[in-house]
Amino acid sequence: MSGYDFDVIQRSWVYLFRDGMTFTLTLTVLAMLGGIFFGTLLAMMRLSGFKPLGLVAGGYVNLMRSLPLVLVIFWFFFLVPYIGAWLIGAKDPVRVGSFLSCLITFTMFEAAYYCEIMRAGIQSIPRGQVSAGYALGLDYFQTMGRIVLPQAFRNMLPVLLTQTIILFQDTSLVYVISATDFLGAASKVANRDYRLVEMYTFVAVVYFIMSYGLSTLVKDLQQRIAIHK
Amino acid sequence: MNYNWNWGVLLAPEPGGTGTYLYYLVVGLGWTLATALAAWVIALAIGSIVGTLRTTPMPLVVRLGDAYVEIFRNVPLIVQMFLWFFVMPELLPKDLGDWVKQVPPPWGSYLPAVLCLGIYTSVRVAEQVKAGINSLSRGQGMAGTALGLTLGQNYRFVLLPMAFRIVLPPLTSEFMNVIKNSSVALTIGLLELTGRARAMQEFSFRVFEAFAAATLIYLLTNLVVVLAMRALENKVRVPGFVGTAPDAGGH
Repeated sequence: MSGYDFDVIQRSWVYLFRDGMTFTLTLTVLAMLGGIFFGTLLAMMRLSGFKPLGLVAGGYVNLMRSLPLVLVIFWFFFLVPYIGAWLIGAKDPVRVGSFLSCLITFTMFEAAYYCEIMRAGIQSIPRGQVSAGYALGLDYFQTMGRIVLPQAFRNMLPVLLTQTIILFQDTSLVYVISATDFLGAASKVANRDYRLVEMYTFVAVVYFIMSYGLSTLVKDLQQRIAIHK
Repeated sequence: MNYNWNWGVLLAPEPGGTGTYLYYLVVGLGWTLATALAAWVIALAIGSIVGTLRTTPMPLVVRLGDAYVEIFRNVPLIVQMFLWFFVMPELLPKDLGDWVKQVPPPWGSYLPAVLCLGIYTSVRVAEQVKAGINSLSRGQGMAGTALGLTLGQNYRFVLLPMAFRIVLPPLTSEFMNVIKNSSVALTIGLLELTGRARAMQEFSFRVFEAFAAATLIYLLTNLVVVLAMRALENKVRVPGFVGTAPDAGGH
Protein backbone atom coordinates (compact mmCIF):
# COMPACT_ATOMS: atom_id res chain seq x y z
CA MET A 1 0.00 0.00 0.00
CA SER A 2 1.52 3.27 -1.12
CA GLY A 3 1.03 6.06 1.40
CA TYR A 4 -2.15 7.28 2.91
CA ASP A 5 -4.46 9.88 1.46
CA PHE A 6 -6.34 11.59 4.22
CA ASP A 7 -7.52 14.25 1.76
CA VAL A 8 -10.28 11.83 0.89
CA ILE A 9 -11.98 12.88 4.12
CA GLN A 10 -11.90 16.53 3.15
CA ARG A 11 -13.19 15.75 -0.34
CA SER A 12 -16.15 13.79 0.97
CA TRP A 13 -16.79 15.96 4.04
CA VAL A 14 -20.13 17.31 2.85
CA TYR A 15 -21.44 13.88 1.88
CA LEU A 16 -20.24 12.29 5.11
CA PHE A 17 -21.81 14.85 7.40
CA ARG A 18 -24.71 16.41 5.51
CA ASP A 19 -26.03 13.05 4.29
CA GLY A 20 -24.50 10.47 6.59
CA MET A 21 -24.29 12.10 10.00
CA THR A 22 -27.67 13.77 9.53
CA PHE A 23 -29.22 10.37 8.93
CA THR A 24 -27.48 8.94 11.99
CA LEU A 25 -28.44 11.80 14.31
CA THR A 26 -32.03 12.12 13.08
CA LEU A 27 -32.49 8.39 13.45
CA THR A 28 -30.96 8.45 16.93
CA VAL A 29 -33.11 11.31 18.21
CA LEU A 30 -36.39 10.13 16.70
CA ALA A 31 -35.82 6.50 17.74
CA MET A 32 -34.96 7.72 21.23
CA LEU A 33 -38.19 9.70 21.51
CA GLY A 34 -40.28 6.90 20.02
CA GLY A 35 -38.43 4.27 22.04
CA ILE A 36 -38.94 6.11 25.32
CA PHE A 37 -42.62 6.68 24.49
CA PHE A 38 -43.36 3.04 23.64
CA GLY A 39 -40.96 1.82 26.31
CA THR A 40 -42.87 3.78 28.95
CA LEU A 41 -46.16 2.33 27.69
CA LEU A 42 -44.67 -1.17 27.82
CA ALA A 43 -43.39 -0.55 31.34
CA MET A 44 -46.84 0.63 32.43
CA MET A 45 -48.33 -2.49 30.85
CA ARG A 46 -45.87 -4.73 32.67
CA LEU A 47 -46.62 -3.04 35.97
CA SER A 48 -50.36 -2.69 35.43
CA GLY A 49 -51.21 -5.78 37.48
CA PHE A 50 -53.53 -6.87 34.65
CA LYS A 51 -52.08 -10.27 33.74
CA PRO A 52 -52.75 -10.49 29.97
CA LEU A 53 -51.36 -6.99 29.39
CA GLY A 54 -48.29 -7.78 31.48
CA LEU A 55 -47.70 -11.04 29.63
CA VAL A 56 -47.93 -9.42 26.21
CA ALA A 57 -45.55 -6.61 27.15
CA GLY A 58 -43.18 -8.95 28.97
CA GLY A 59 -43.14 -11.39 26.06
CA TYR A 60 -42.41 -8.61 23.61
CA VAL A 61 -39.60 -7.16 25.71
CA ASN A 62 -37.98 -10.53 26.30
CA LEU A 63 -38.27 -11.46 22.65
CA MET A 64 -36.55 -8.27 21.53
CA ARG A 65 -33.86 -8.60 24.17
CA SER A 66 -33.12 -12.17 23.12
CA LEU A 67 -32.49 -11.39 19.47
CA PRO A 68 -29.46 -9.79 17.79
CA LEU A 69 -30.20 -6.31 16.54
CA VAL A 70 -28.95 -7.28 13.08
CA LEU A 71 -31.61 -9.98 12.84
CA VAL A 72 -34.28 -7.54 14.04
CA ILE A 73 -33.17 -5.03 11.40
CA PHE A 74 -33.61 -7.71 8.73
CA TRP A 75 -37.00 -8.71 10.14
CA PHE A 76 -38.40 -5.21 10.03
CA PHE A 77 -36.78 -4.40 6.71
CA PHE A 78 -38.85 -7.15 5.11
CA LEU A 79 -41.83 -7.03 7.44
CA VAL A 80 -42.62 -3.30 7.35
CA PRO A 81 -43.78 -3.33 3.69
CA TYR A 82 -46.25 -6.11 4.54
CA ILE A 83 -47.47 -4.32 7.66
CA GLY A 84 -47.89 -1.16 5.59
CA ALA A 85 -49.94 -3.05 3.01
CA TRP A 86 -52.06 -4.55 5.75
CA LEU A 87 -52.63 -1.15 7.37
CA ILE A 88 -53.80 0.59 4.23
CA GLY A 89 -55.48 -2.49 2.80
CA ALA A 90 -53.25 -2.70 -0.26
CA LYS A 91 -52.83 -6.04 -1.99
CA ASP A 92 -49.06 -5.88 -2.50
CA PRO A 93 -46.36 -4.95 -0.02
CA VAL A 94 -45.84 -1.18 -0.02
CA ARG A 95 -42.48 0.41 -0.71
CA VAL A 96 -40.92 1.86 2.40
CA GLY A 97 -37.83 4.06 2.35
CA SER A 98 -34.78 2.87 4.23
CA PHE A 99 -34.97 5.72 6.74
CA LEU A 100 -38.55 4.94 7.75
CA SER A 101 -37.75 1.26 7.92
CA CYS A 102 -34.75 1.97 10.18
CA LEU A 103 -36.78 4.35 12.32
CA ILE A 104 -39.50 1.75 12.93
CA THR A 105 -36.90 -0.93 13.65
CA PHE A 106 -34.96 1.11 16.17
CA THR A 107 -38.06 2.52 17.85
CA MET A 108 -39.50 -0.95 18.35
CA PHE A 109 -36.20 -2.52 19.33
CA GLU A 110 -35.06 0.18 21.74
CA ALA A 111 -38.54 0.37 23.28
CA ALA A 112 -37.78 -3.00 24.88
CA TYR A 113 -34.60 -1.63 26.48
CA TYR A 114 -36.16 1.68 27.49
CA CYS A 115 -39.05 -0.30 28.96
CA GLU A 116 -36.77 -2.05 31.42
CA ILE A 117 -35.23 1.29 32.42
CA MET A 118 -38.62 2.93 32.89
CA ARG A 119 -39.89 -0.09 34.80
CA ALA A 120 -37.04 0.34 37.27
CA GLY A 121 -37.77 4.08 37.35
CA ILE A 122 -41.45 3.61 38.11
CA GLN A 123 -40.65 1.03 40.76
CA SER A 124 -38.25 3.47 42.40
CA ILE A 125 -41.20 5.69 43.34
CA PRO A 126 -42.63 4.74 46.76
CA ARG A 127 -46.05 3.05 46.56
CA GLY A 128 -47.37 5.56 49.06
CA GLN A 129 -47.24 8.31 46.45
CA VAL A 130 -49.55 6.34 44.16
CA SER A 131 -51.90 5.70 47.05
CA ALA A 132 -51.80 9.39 47.92
CA GLY A 133 -52.70 10.23 44.34
CA TYR A 134 -55.69 7.92 44.41
CA ALA A 135 -56.72 9.24 47.82
CA LEU A 136 -56.79 12.74 46.32
CA GLY A 137 -59.21 11.48 43.69
CA LEU A 138 -56.79 11.30 40.75
CA ASP A 139 -57.35 8.45 38.31
CA TYR A 140 -54.65 6.04 37.07
CA PHE A 141 -53.45 8.21 34.18
CA GLN A 142 -53.40 11.38 36.27
CA THR A 143 -51.43 9.63 39.00
CA MET A 144 -48.98 8.26 36.46
CA GLY A 145 -48.69 11.41 34.37
CA ARG A 146 -48.50 13.97 37.17
CA ILE A 147 -46.82 12.12 40.01
CA VAL A 148 -45.02 8.92 39.09
CA LEU A 149 -43.63 9.42 35.59
CA PRO A 150 -42.06 12.89 36.09
CA GLN A 151 -40.07 11.55 39.01
CA ALA A 152 -39.29 8.27 37.26
CA PHE A 153 -37.92 10.17 34.26
CA ARG A 154 -35.84 12.36 36.51
CA ASN A 155 -34.39 9.43 38.44
CA MET A 156 -33.67 7.49 35.28
CA LEU A 157 -32.40 10.35 33.14
CA PRO A 158 -28.71 9.30 33.23
CA VAL A 159 -29.60 5.69 32.41
CA LEU A 160 -31.94 6.76 29.61
CA LEU A 161 -29.18 8.92 28.14
CA THR A 162 -26.60 6.14 28.47
CA GLN A 163 -28.97 3.86 26.59
CA THR A 164 -29.29 6.60 23.96
CA ILE A 165 -25.51 6.62 23.49
CA ILE A 166 -25.73 2.86 22.91
CA LEU A 167 -28.55 3.54 20.45
CA PHE A 168 -26.39 6.14 18.70
CA GLN A 169 -23.66 3.54 18.24
CA ASP A 170 -26.13 0.83 17.26
CA THR A 171 -27.56 2.89 14.42
CA SER A 172 -24.32 2.13 12.55
CA LEU A 173 -25.74 -1.38 12.04
CA VAL A 174 -28.13 -0.05 9.39
CA TYR A 175 -25.10 -0.74 7.20
CA VAL A 176 -26.52 -4.27 6.79
CA ILE A 177 -29.45 -2.96 4.76
CA SER A 178 -27.18 -0.56 2.85
CA ALA A 179 -28.68 2.58 4.37
CA THR A 180 -26.56 5.70 4.10
CA ASP A 181 -25.90 6.61 7.69
CA PHE A 182 -22.51 8.01 8.73
CA LEU A 183 -20.81 4.63 8.47
CA GLY A 184 -22.72 3.79 5.29
CA ALA A 185 -21.64 7.04 3.65
CA ALA A 186 -18.03 6.53 4.73
CA SER A 187 -18.10 2.96 3.50
CA LYS A 188 -19.40 4.03 0.09
CA VAL A 189 -16.62 6.61 -0.25
CA ALA A 190 -14.06 4.12 1.06
CA ASN A 191 -14.98 1.53 -1.54
CA ARG A 192 -15.28 4.04 -4.38
CA ASP A 193 -11.86 5.60 -3.77
CA TYR A 194 -10.32 2.48 -2.26
CA ARG A 195 -9.46 4.39 0.90
CA LEU A 196 -10.68 1.93 3.53
CA VAL A 197 -7.92 2.55 6.05
CA GLU A 198 -8.37 6.32 6.08
CA MET A 199 -12.17 6.29 6.07
CA TYR A 200 -12.73 3.61 8.70
CA THR A 201 -10.11 5.13 10.99
CA PHE A 202 -11.81 8.49 10.60
CA VAL A 203 -15.22 6.97 11.31
CA ALA A 204 -13.88 5.32 14.46
CA VAL A 205 -12.37 8.62 15.65
CA VAL A 206 -15.59 10.55 15.04
CA TYR A 207 -17.74 7.97 16.82
CA PHE A 208 -15.27 7.89 19.68
CA ILE A 209 -15.24 11.66 20.14
CA MET A 210 -19.03 11.92 20.03
CA SER A 211 -19.75 8.94 22.30
CA TYR A 212 -17.03 9.85 24.75
CA GLY A 213 -18.17 13.47 24.85
CA LEU A 214 -21.78 12.48 25.43
CA SER A 215 -20.93 9.95 28.12
CA THR A 216 -18.80 12.54 29.92
CA LEU A 217 -21.79 14.89 29.90
CA VAL A 218 -24.02 12.12 31.23
CA LYS A 219 -21.53 11.44 34.03
CA ASP A 220 -21.58 15.13 35.01
CA LEU A 221 -25.36 15.11 34.99
CA GLN A 222 -25.43 11.99 37.11
CA GLN A 223 -23.25 13.62 39.72
CA ARG A 224 -25.32 16.76 39.77
CA ILE A 225 -28.54 14.81 40.22
CA ALA A 226 -26.91 12.71 42.92
CA ILE A 227 -25.93 15.81 44.91
CA HIS A 228 -29.47 17.17 44.84
CA LYS A 229 -30.87 14.03 46.42
CA MET B 1 -51.17 -10.42 5.55
CA ASN B 2 -50.67 -11.69 2.02
CA TYR B 3 -47.81 -14.06 2.57
CA ASN B 4 -47.81 -17.71 1.58
CA TRP B 5 -45.94 -19.60 4.23
CA ASN B 6 -43.94 -22.58 3.10
CA TRP B 7 -42.17 -24.22 6.00
CA GLY B 8 -41.21 -27.14 3.76
CA VAL B 9 -38.39 -24.97 2.45
CA LEU B 10 -36.40 -25.77 5.59
CA LEU B 11 -36.12 -29.36 4.39
CA ALA B 12 -35.26 -28.39 0.82
CA PRO B 13 -31.59 -28.66 -0.18
CA GLU B 14 -29.59 -25.43 -0.06
CA PRO B 15 -27.71 -24.52 -3.28
CA GLY B 16 -24.28 -25.05 -1.73
CA GLY B 17 -25.01 -28.77 -1.65
CA THR B 18 -24.21 -29.30 2.03
CA GLY B 19 -27.71 -30.48 2.94
CA THR B 20 -31.06 -28.98 3.83
CA TYR B 21 -31.61 -25.31 4.71
CA LEU B 22 -32.30 -26.38 8.27
CA TYR B 23 -28.90 -28.05 8.42
CA TYR B 24 -27.39 -24.93 6.84
CA LEU B 25 -28.83 -22.80 9.65
CA VAL B 26 -27.75 -25.22 12.36
CA VAL B 27 -24.19 -25.08 11.04
CA GLY B 28 -24.63 -21.30 11.29
CA LEU B 29 -25.50 -21.72 14.97
CA GLY B 30 -22.29 -23.70 15.27
CA TRP B 31 -20.32 -20.75 13.90
CA THR B 32 -22.21 -18.34 16.14
CA LEU B 33 -21.32 -20.40 19.20
CA ALA B 34 -17.73 -20.99 18.06
CA THR B 35 -17.29 -17.24 17.62
CA ALA B 36 -19.04 -16.33 20.85
CA LEU B 37 -17.22 -18.91 23.00
CA ALA B 38 -13.76 -18.05 21.69
CA ALA B 39 -14.49 -14.34 22.11
CA TRP B 40 -15.83 -15.02 25.59
CA VAL B 41 -12.55 -16.67 26.63
CA ILE B 42 -10.64 -13.59 25.47
CA ALA B 43 -13.17 -11.26 27.10
CA LEU B 44 -13.04 -13.03 30.44
CA ALA B 45 -9.26 -13.14 30.46
CA ILE B 46 -8.65 -9.51 29.50
CA GLY B 47 -11.75 -8.21 31.26
CA SER B 48 -10.86 -9.82 34.58
CA ILE B 49 -7.32 -8.45 34.46
CA VAL B 50 -8.30 -4.94 33.37
CA GLY B 51 -11.26 -4.81 35.77
CA THR B 52 -9.06 -5.89 38.67
CA LEU B 53 -6.24 -3.50 37.79
CA ARG B 54 -8.69 -0.60 37.77
CA THR B 55 -9.42 -1.18 41.47
CA THR B 56 -5.76 -1.28 42.57
CA PRO B 57 -4.21 1.66 44.43
CA MET B 58 -1.86 2.40 41.49
CA PRO B 59 -2.98 5.61 39.70
CA LEU B 60 -1.07 5.00 36.47
CA VAL B 61 -2.38 1.46 36.07
CA VAL B 62 -5.92 2.65 36.82
CA ARG B 63 -5.65 5.37 34.17
CA LEU B 64 -4.35 2.93 31.57
CA GLY B 65 -7.23 0.58 32.37
CA ASP B 66 -9.72 3.45 32.12
CA ALA B 67 -8.29 4.48 28.75
CA TYR B 68 -8.59 0.92 27.44
CA VAL B 69 -12.21 0.77 28.52
CA GLU B 70 -13.12 4.16 27.07
CA ILE B 71 -11.53 3.43 23.69
CA PHE B 72 -13.28 0.15 23.07
CA ARG B 73 -16.56 1.21 24.61
CA ASN B 74 -17.06 4.35 22.57
CA VAL B 75 -16.61 2.96 19.07
CA PRO B 76 -19.52 0.96 17.57
CA LEU B 77 -18.92 -2.77 17.27
CA ILE B 78 -19.36 -2.82 13.51
CA VAL B 79 -16.73 -0.08 13.10
CA GLN B 80 -14.36 -2.08 15.28
CA MET B 81 -15.04 -5.13 13.08
CA PHE B 82 -14.04 -3.08 10.05
CA LEU B 83 -10.91 -1.83 11.80
CA TRP B 84 -9.77 -5.38 12.57
CA PHE B 85 -10.77 -6.75 9.19
CA PHE B 86 -9.94 -3.98 6.70
CA VAL B 87 -7.56 -1.64 8.49
CA MET B 88 -5.35 -3.81 10.67
CA PRO B 89 -3.79 -5.89 7.84
CA GLU B 90 -2.75 -2.63 6.13
CA LEU B 91 -1.04 -1.31 9.24
CA LEU B 92 0.99 -4.46 9.85
CA PRO B 93 4.41 -4.88 8.21
CA LYS B 94 3.78 -5.65 4.54
CA ASP B 95 4.69 -9.37 4.61
CA LEU B 96 2.64 -10.07 7.68
CA GLY B 97 -0.28 -8.02 6.36
CA ASP B 98 -0.24 -9.90 3.06
CA TRP B 99 -0.19 -13.18 4.93
CA VAL B 100 -3.17 -12.10 7.04
CA LYS B 101 -5.10 -11.22 3.91
CA GLN B 102 -4.35 -14.66 2.44
CA VAL B 103 -5.93 -16.59 5.32
CA PRO B 104 -8.60 -18.70 3.60
CA PRO B 105 -12.30 -18.36 4.44
CA PRO B 106 -13.99 -18.84 6.80
CA TRP B 107 -10.93 -18.35 9.05
CA GLY B 108 -10.08 -15.04 7.39
CA SER B 109 -13.33 -13.66 8.85
CA TYR B 110 -13.51 -15.85 11.92
CA LEU B 111 -10.22 -14.79 13.50
CA PRO B 112 -10.71 -11.00 13.25
CA ALA B 113 -14.32 -11.46 14.39
CA VAL B 114 -13.22 -13.38 17.49
CA LEU B 115 -10.48 -10.89 18.28
CA CYS B 116 -12.79 -7.92 17.79
CA LEU B 117 -15.69 -9.36 19.74
CA GLY B 118 -13.39 -10.59 22.49
CA ILE B 119 -11.84 -7.18 23.06
CA TYR B 120 -15.16 -5.37 22.67
CA THR B 121 -16.70 -7.64 25.31
CA SER B 122 -13.65 -7.52 27.60
CA VAL B 123 -14.49 -3.89 28.29
CA ARG B 124 -17.93 -4.83 29.54
CA VAL B 125 -16.51 -7.67 31.60
CA ALA B 126 -13.94 -5.26 33.06
CA GLU B 127 -16.72 -2.88 34.08
CA GLN B 128 -18.63 -5.70 35.78
CA VAL B 129 -15.56 -7.06 37.57
CA LYS B 130 -14.64 -3.59 38.78
CA ALA B 131 -18.20 -3.00 40.00
CA GLY B 132 -18.14 -6.38 41.71
CA ILE B 133 -14.90 -5.66 43.57
CA ASN B 134 -16.08 -2.17 44.54
CA SER B 135 -19.36 -3.58 45.84
CA LEU B 136 -17.51 -5.56 48.50
CA SER B 137 -17.40 -3.82 51.84
CA ARG B 138 -14.09 -2.01 52.29
CA GLY B 139 -13.49 -3.87 55.51
CA GLN B 140 -12.81 -7.10 53.62
CA GLY B 141 -9.75 -5.74 51.87
CA MET B 142 -8.58 -4.00 55.04
CA ALA B 143 -8.97 -7.21 57.02
CA GLY B 144 -6.84 -8.97 54.43
CA THR B 145 -4.17 -6.30 54.71
CA ALA B 146 -4.32 -6.42 58.51
CA LEU B 147 -3.73 -10.17 58.37
CA GLY B 148 -0.50 -9.47 56.51
CA LEU B 149 -1.61 -10.50 53.02
CA THR B 150 0.17 -8.82 50.14
CA LEU B 151 -1.90 -6.94 47.59
CA GLY B 152 -1.78 -9.93 45.25
CA GLN B 153 -2.78 -12.39 47.97
CA ASN B 154 -5.56 -10.08 49.05
CA TYR B 155 -7.06 -10.12 45.57
CA ARG B 156 -6.44 -13.82 45.07
CA PHE B 157 -7.87 -15.11 48.35
CA VAL B 158 -10.24 -12.42 49.62
CA LEU B 159 -11.59 -10.03 47.01
CA LEU B 160 -11.80 -11.90 43.71
CA PRO B 161 -13.48 -15.10 44.96
CA MET B 162 -16.34 -12.99 46.30
CA ALA B 163 -16.38 -10.49 43.44
CA PHE B 164 -16.68 -13.17 40.76
CA ARG B 165 -19.64 -14.76 42.50
CA ILE B 166 -21.31 -11.38 42.72
CA VAL B 167 -20.81 -10.56 39.05
CA LEU B 168 -21.97 -13.94 37.79
CA PRO B 169 -25.55 -12.81 36.96
CA PRO B 170 -24.45 -9.70 35.02
CA LEU B 171 -21.78 -11.81 33.30
CA THR B 172 -24.55 -14.15 32.16
CA SER B 173 -26.24 -11.31 30.36
CA GLU B 174 -22.88 -10.28 28.90
CA PHE B 175 -22.43 -13.82 27.62
CA MET B 176 -25.82 -13.63 25.92
CA ASN B 177 -24.72 -10.30 24.47
CA VAL B 178 -21.64 -11.97 22.96
CA ILE B 179 -23.85 -14.55 21.28
CA LYS B 180 -26.10 -11.82 19.92
CA ASN B 181 -23.24 -9.51 18.98
CA SER B 182 -21.48 -12.24 17.01
CA SER B 183 -24.13 -11.59 14.34
CA VAL B 184 -22.27 -8.37 13.49
CA ALA B 185 -19.50 -10.58 12.09
CA LEU B 186 -21.70 -11.19 9.05
CA THR B 187 -20.58 -7.73 7.88
CA ILE B 188 -17.04 -9.07 7.42
CA GLY B 189 -18.28 -12.20 5.70
CA LEU B 190 -18.65 -14.72 8.50
CA LEU B 191 -21.63 -16.97 7.76
CA GLU B 192 -22.95 -17.35 11.29
CA LEU B 193 -26.61 -17.88 12.11
CA THR B 194 -27.98 -14.46 11.11
CA GLY B 195 -25.72 -14.37 8.06
CA ARG B 196 -27.00 -17.75 6.96
CA ALA B 197 -30.63 -16.78 7.53
CA ARG B 198 -29.95 -13.76 5.31
CA ALA B 199 -28.26 -15.98 2.69
CA MET B 200 -31.11 -18.47 2.83
CA GLN B 201 -33.55 -15.62 2.24
CA GLU B 202 -31.56 -14.60 -0.82
CA PHE B 203 -31.30 -18.11 -2.25
CA SER B 204 -34.83 -19.31 -1.56
CA PHE B 205 -36.83 -16.04 -1.46
CA ARG B 206 -38.49 -17.44 1.68
CA VAL B 207 -37.97 -14.31 3.78
CA PHE B 208 -39.98 -14.96 6.90
CA GLU B 209 -39.36 -18.70 7.14
CA ALA B 210 -35.62 -18.02 7.17
CA PHE B 211 -35.78 -15.30 9.82
CA ALA B 212 -38.39 -17.13 11.89
CA ALA B 213 -36.20 -20.24 11.96
CA ALA B 214 -33.18 -18.18 13.01
CA THR B 215 -35.29 -16.42 15.67
CA LEU B 216 -36.38 -19.74 17.14
CA ILE B 217 -32.82 -21.02 17.18
CA TYR B 218 -31.66 -17.87 19.02
CA LEU B 219 -34.47 -18.18 21.55
CA LEU B 220 -33.63 -21.83 22.23
CA THR B 221 -29.96 -20.96 22.62
CA ASN B 222 -30.84 -18.21 25.10
CA LEU B 223 -32.96 -20.62 27.09
CA VAL B 224 -30.13 -23.13 27.32
CA VAL B 225 -27.66 -20.44 28.41
CA VAL B 226 -30.01 -19.08 31.06
CA LEU B 227 -30.63 -22.54 32.51
CA ALA B 228 -26.95 -23.48 32.45
CA MET B 229 -25.89 -20.24 34.13
CA ARG B 230 -28.60 -20.56 36.77
CA ALA B 231 -27.25 -24.01 37.61
CA LEU B 232 -23.73 -22.56 37.81
CA GLU B 233 -24.89 -19.72 40.08
CA ASN B 234 -26.49 -22.21 42.45
CA LYS B 235 -23.37 -24.33 42.47
CA VAL B 236 -20.91 -21.57 43.39
CA ARG B 237 -23.19 -19.60 45.73
CA VAL B 238 -21.66 -18.73 49.10
CA PRO B 239 -24.26 -19.38 51.80
CA GLY B 240 -25.47 -16.16 53.38
CA PHE B 241 -24.49 -13.90 50.50
CA VAL B 242 -27.02 -13.00 47.83
CA GLY B 243 -25.50 -9.71 46.72
CA THR B 244 -25.63 -8.86 43.03
CA ALA B 245 -23.86 -6.10 41.16
CA PRO B 246 -26.10 -3.75 39.16
CA ASP B 247 -26.92 -4.77 35.61
CA ALA B 248 -25.15 -2.51 33.16
CA GLY B 249 -27.72 -3.09 30.41
CA GLY B 250 -26.86 -2.44 26.78
CA HIS B 251 -26.55 -4.92 23.99
